[in-house]
Amino acid sequence: MNPLKCDYCDKPAVVHEVTVKNGQKNEVHLCEEHAQEAGVALPSHQPINQLLTQFVISQTSKGKAMAKKPCPTCGMTYRRFRQTGNLGCPDCYEAFEEQLAPLIQRAQNGADRHRGKTPRRAGASDDRQLQIRQLVRELDEAVADEQYERAAHLRDRLRGFDPQSPGSKAVAKPDDEPHQSES
Amino acid sequence: MTMEFAAHCPWLSDDGPDTDVVMSCRVRLARNLARFPFVSRADEAQRKELCNIARQVVLSSNLADGVIWVDLNHATARDRQLLVERHLISKNLAEADIPRAVAVSGDETLSVMVNEEDHLRMQLLAPGLRLVELVDRINVVDDAIEAKVDYAFSPRWGYLTACPTNLGTGIRLSVMMHLPALKLTSEIDRVRRAAKDLHLAVRGYYGEGSESAGDFYQISNQVTLGRSEQDLLREFDQRVLPRIIEYEQHARRMLVDDNATLLDDRIHRALGTLRSARLLGAEEAMKLLSRLRLGVHLGRLPDLDLAAINRLLLQVQPAHLQMYVAADLNSEQLREARATLMRQTLQ
Repeated sequence: MNPLKCDYCDKPAVVHEVTVKNGQKNEVHLCEEHAQEAGVALPSHQPINQLLTQFVISQTSKGKAMAKKPCPTCGMTYRRFRQTGNLGCPDCYEAFEEQLAPLIQRAQNGADRHRGKTPRRAGASDDRQLQIRQLVRELDEAVADEQYERAAHLRDRLRGFDPQSPGSKAVAKPDDEPHQSES
Repeated sequence: MTMEFAAHCPWLSDDGPDTDVVMSCRVRLARNLARFPFVSRADEAQRKELCNIARQVVLSSNLADGVIWVDLNHATARDRQLLVERHLISKNLAEADIPRAVAVSGDETLSVMVNEEDHLRMQLLAPGLRLVELVDRINVVDDAIEAKVDYAFSPRWGYLTACPTNLGTGIRLSVMMHLPALKLTSEIDRVRRAAKDLHLAVRGYYGEGSESAGDFYQISNQVTLGRSEQDLLREFDQRVLPRIIEYEQHARRMLVDDNATLLDDRIHRALGTLRSARLLGAEEAMKLLSRLRLGVHLGRLPDLDLAAINRLLLQVQPAHLQMYVAADLNSEQLREARATLMRQTLQ
């Protein structure tokens, strides 16, 4: 059997993708050159699953992802991210938010927002309300789990948010003071 | 520079809860500093600066007793491999060609990798199932570091990481499970499928990209965003792991009750091979030691010492073996030295 040819030229295809949507089969076959153009790098040592992942990412985000605008802070492009899997700097999350959000949701089981720990230090986060909500939530969980020492610690952190002062922030209580159980 | 390591490893002991099935547990946080590019995009000067900042912060924060700083660019290849075999650094960090370092506590339970995929990768290791304790401790370490640097953080996405698969909490909870009975009874694939459904990763002895040598499996959470650290911990530690532990223990009881001859055959063949072989590969040695470990836990090998088996699990690794014989060995010599070590230890 003759090897399949690239959809865009006569060279042999090295990347193949078959998708079935609404009963319609759609095949894509690309040579090395056109695969690279579509955002699939083909170094010889690259594992096949990584190749496929990149190809799927490149196909599913095609169009939107073609926005060539680089991150204003580090110059990273979305296309380069698709090839390496790593972003260039923290600001890339904002620069590519539109393209990244669906990808993150897929990778993170549908999650689209952080609900965990927040830094306590000034300047690291400007969203006090989010921090307060998070602490309240963790406090509820700790009480529900009867983790009273942890609950007391969280309560102390919450007290660090002074409602009268918009610039105030959570302040850690020194650890040399024993936390009292509320039970 | 040559580093000194003990013949045993603190996380490779049976001093912990559920060590018959859970050999060790680990908690890892991924953190990056604000106002720096991620490691892969940083230039040489920035990577050096990150090492310097990390060194200053880590060594001045009283994170643990006896913390030492290892500049990996000045460490020998064997020392780097020793650190990998002791699970204190990743293979990637050992092999990278950029300014990088690791801080290790005196008891080797804490390590902070600098310039791995993220600026900081801090981890705590312990024998047995002690994730609750480790999550509390890593939180203290994280707070101490955060008191001195600004982390890259966004209210929507949480702690910002180079790869979005670590985004949010940046937390990875993992356990090294010894599941020989599930392997022997061919039930292991059901565990793999169930783990996949629960968004857990199942990997080999050395984590990402490694195979499951000797029926040791590393199981960890894949989701890091959208749930709090305590939520993730609760689900993993209280809902998922007890079921896998119970499943393995049940399979062991079934083997003893219904198929003791097969079980004893496997265990004693392993012992026979280890006591007689003249050449042994690392993978084969791990597999046979895994059988001995099962035998000791089931009381089938009363004369064998579990601590010795744990020590051997470490010593069969190439860098440890070379440290033990104090010589550089090629792969054939390694196989011979490994077999000799086994015969000497297990007589």
